[in-house]
Amino acid sequence: MSEMRRIAVTVNGRHHDADVDVRLTLADFLRHQLNLTGTHVGCEHGVCGACTILIDGRSARSCLMLAVQTDGRAITTVEGIAPGPGQMHPLQEAFRENHGLQCGFCTPGMLTTLIEFLRDNPDPTEDDVRIAISGNLCRCTGYQGIVAAVLDAAKRMKAERAA
Amino acid sequence: MKPPPFSYHDPRTVADAVGLLATLENAKVLAGGQSLMPMLNMRFVLPDHVIDLNRIDGLSYIRDSGDSLDIGAMTRQREIEFSDVVRVRCPLMREAILNVGHRQTRNRGTLGGSLCHLDPSAELVLVAAAMDAVVTIAGRSGERAVAFADFPQAYMTPAVGQDELLTNVQFPLWPAGHGHAFIEFARRHGDFAIASAAALLHEDSSGRIAKASIAVGGVGAAPVRVTEIERAVIGQRASADLFRDACEACRRIDAMEDVHASSSYRQHLAAVLSRRALETAHGRVLKGTSR
Repeated sequence: MSEMRRIAVTVNGRHHDADVDVRLTLADFLRHQLNLTGTHVGCEHGVCGACTILIDGRSARSCLMLAVQTDGRAITTVEGIAPGPGQMHPLQEAFRENHGLQCGFCTPGMLTTLIEFLRDNPDPTEDDVRIAISGNLCRCTGYQGIVAAVLDAAKRMKAERAA
Repeated sequence: MKPPPFSYHDPRTVADAVGLLATLENAKVLAGGQSLMPMLNMRFVLPDHVIDLNRIDGLSYIRDSGDSLDIGAMTRQREIEFSDVVRVRCPLMREAILNVGHRQTRNRGTLGGSLCHLDPSAELVLVAAAMDAVVTIAGRSGERAVAFADFPQAYMTPAVGQDELLTNVQFPLWPAGHGHAFIEFARRHGDFAIASAAALLHEDSSGRIAKASIAVGGVGAAPVRVTEIERAVIGQRASADLFRDACEACRRIDAMEDVHASSSYRQHLAAVLSRRALETAHGRVLKGTSR
């Protein structure tokens, strides 16, 4: 038995009309139908945070949504956060320079989570940052580099706004 | 594909949703998806039909009606977290919600979903128990109101029929100047608690406790209102001895046992967390910081 539905969804600013199986998760839709493999799939039950995306600007776990639920909505994945081709978001720059990643598996979920966090909370304390990433598991960095990167990114983004 | 095959329905009204529930066999209701989706992905549940409530308008609101707050079942936990009305009028809920999962899950998770999933450790379930919430349940023949004390029927089993839907939760508010505290013991931030306690205290002008509510979560199969503690402290003046002695009642709760904690350890945690919650709530009465 396979029930299909047509959805209209905007992903990273690009409109897609797609036929999806109603039981397809958003994570698998992004990866397998749109070939946006930047969204990583770890635990597939909402614990690891690797599959975090933004839906209408709010972070959510894409393994815990059905693709059919995104009809009419706007999604941002890690592929959509840089300002343009060949460029990086200041948060990505800060991750690179502060050793905010090693294997990179958790990074897409960290970045999407933190884009929303820094928008809501542009001047965070270290404690705020640790709570913000508490739903994203990283097994490489011990989180130190990630926390340093977020604090650095907040400074960079503040300077950018002031400029 | 991770989830099992099912037919998908996205009704636009509560009446349509209830109609589907009444006619479809083996249907599951999808609210925020933060519990049902993991269970689908792991195939712990195999529904023939999934009824998605996310396209129904009018189930997401926070309304202050003077002596109570009404919150719609599809109100996201995020809305509760950032609500000024909740922060000012219902500080216990504000303190509790910060312990509910993570930002990414609170953006999707709903009040009604949490109450109907009825995990014994769930923070909002404990708040509903401590505040004597009243839930509205819609069915084919109209609505009925259920006191939260009668809501849990058994472990993770709410008093919602197969053809019914939770629509509204009413939280009676405590007087201005009351004290509150929510405390939980979890292995990591955002995890389900091994045990938790919620306390509400209202003291009269002479400093005697006029009204008290104390509930513990994660200990019994559903949240436990520890009425023995409430009876022991009402009419008394708050003191460390009073709270410590009263909270010994927690050691008589019929407590669960699992891989995380033995029943005697859960009873111990309940006693300690209850005492700390009462002390914090009393401190907030004194400071007047509770409102």
